[in-house]
Amino acid sequence: MKSFKEKSFQSITYITSLFTIVILMGIIYSLFREGLPLFKTVSVKEFLFTQNWYPTHSEPEFGAWALIAGSFYVTLGALLIGVPLGLGSAIFVSEVASPKLKEIAKPVIELLAGIPSVVYGLFGMAFLAPLIRQWFNLNTGLNVFSASVILGVMIVPIIASMSEDALSNVPKSIREAALALGSTKVECIFRAVIPSAKSGIIGSILLGFGRAIGETMVVLMVAGGSAQIPKGIFSSVRPMTSTIAAEMGETVMGDLHYQSLFALAMVLFIITFVTNLITELVFLKRSFR
Amino acid sequence: MNRRKLQNYLGLGVLGLFLFITFAFLIIFLVRMFYMGSSVLSLEFVTTNPRNAMTEGGIFPAVVGTFWLTTLAILVATPMGVLTAVYLTSYGRPMWFVRLVKIAINTLAGTPSIIFGLFGMAIFVNLMRLNISLISGALTLAILALPMIINATEEALRGVPSDFSEASLALGATKRQTILRVMIPTALPNILTGTIISIGRIAGETAPIMFTAATFYSRRLPESLSDEVMALPYHIYALMTEGTHSASQVPIAYGTALILLLMVLSISGVAVFIRFNIRRNRKW
Repeated sequence: MKSFKEKSFQSITYITSLFTIVILMGIIYSLFREGLPLFKTVSVKEFLFTQNWYPTHSEPEFGAWALIAGSFYVTLGALLIGVPLGLGSAIFVSEVASPKLKEIAKPVIELLAGIPSVVYGLFGMAFLAPLIRQWFNLNTGLNVFSASVILGVMIVPIIASMSEDALSNVPKSIREAALALGSTKVECIFRAVIPSAKSGIIGSILLGFGRAIGETMVVLMVAGGSAQIPKGIFSSVRPMTSTIAAEMGETVMGDLHYQSLFALAMVLFIITFVTNLITELVFLKRSFR
Repeated sequence: MNRRKLQNYLGLGVLGLFLFITFAFLIIFLVRMFYMGSSVLSLEFVTTNPRNAMTEGGIFPAVVGTFWLTTLAILVATPMGVLTAVYLTSYGRPMWFVRLVKIAINTLAGTPSIIFGLFGMAIFVNLMRLNISLISGALTLAILALPMIINATEEALRGVPSDFSEASLALGATKRQTILRVMIPTALPNILTGTIISIGRIAGETAPIMFTAATFYSRRLPESLSDEVMALPYHIYALMTEGTHSASQVPIAYGTALILLLMVLSISGVAVFIRFNIRRNRKW
């Protein structure tokens, strides 16, 4: 027979746990409640696949394709920079570095993770962008390339720490076997260790993808902000997150523009939700531990 | 044989180069922030109000605003996070519910911060009529911190050896007593570390408070929960994108960023220090 105190304590912990689910439901509910009404006026097809984003014109158009494409371009660029840097650093730290270097490198990479995104944004806007403009003789340094560089560095710690975990979980015997068969260090790393840590590494890249596509401040400050399909790495873009952040202030609650920004957030949420779910269930198997 | 040797050194060199580039970026970044920021930094800068349409003066209201936003958010999120982690580690039944909670936590952890901002705007600001205020912003940030605190606490509680709880239960303590008097106190340093790290994270968040709490300029300090507040991260953004005197605003933005950076880095420094001490003093 459990006492009242025991039962009520257990109930409290149960209720707070329930709250996490309630919050998630609340997020989904609020996004859909505010965003779905848009599709009474604008068809889903028009919203997703046309590219005229003129929400404030007298005859507004809500084609979000350029914004969605903008997000993917910038994120792809970030991965092109973040994956080699993050994965390379992780491999070097876990397989090659001396214990001493290891002890320095890990906290330094963690330090990168602690830097607020708006500070990265400031750095990109006031330091990197003018440099890029000068080096490549451009009209503006606020473009896909600059945003990708900053975002790429931002996701280095995520990719590095997660893939380092995966690499250090590879049993020592695999390395010993590869080396005993006469392989060089590099062959051992690329033919034995990395294949064994594959799923963790892919998981870390997917997490980096989710982080990059959802990042707001950096793209808001560094990507330039024109709603067009980028023509090259030096064109200005307006990813979904920066559209939401930049335009929400101009909207009136409940009008079409407001709804369209929530609809963008729905698209963004669905992308990150699916990425996360795949990462957790397929590659990291954490939710079922 | 020679070709393989060459390939080996080349491969190792490239891997090292990637680590080196990461380090180099961090160093350039820090040098630039300190160099540009320190030119405006002074005691006056952090203790006075902005003057002359943001082109002169200090950032005191933003420091105060960030302090309150972060403190309130942590005060809300920590008890909830710890209790949820207790449920997951010590009760954990029924299993399907635990899985659902874990999926919810992981999904929340991976959700972009701007979406928390929209949620806060739709629920706290509009639906609950809390308006753009300190409390709306703090609640939004609390939700953002929740998954971090739950994960850290869960890991901390799982790190407590089962002998401890078994000994306590064998002595006749109830499950609740075991959790409150044995498990949580033993795991406390690790729980604190997790909490401190999440303080650092939410102090630097901009997107969630943009539409829920932050204002570019306020003449006075926040006096109640329903006041709009200035905040360091939003202040940096606003200085860079609003106003017309960028020549005098950019240095202030650097100064603000340096303050924020010093705050966040010293907070995570404290966390690293605590963790280091736990590892050294641990007796089991």
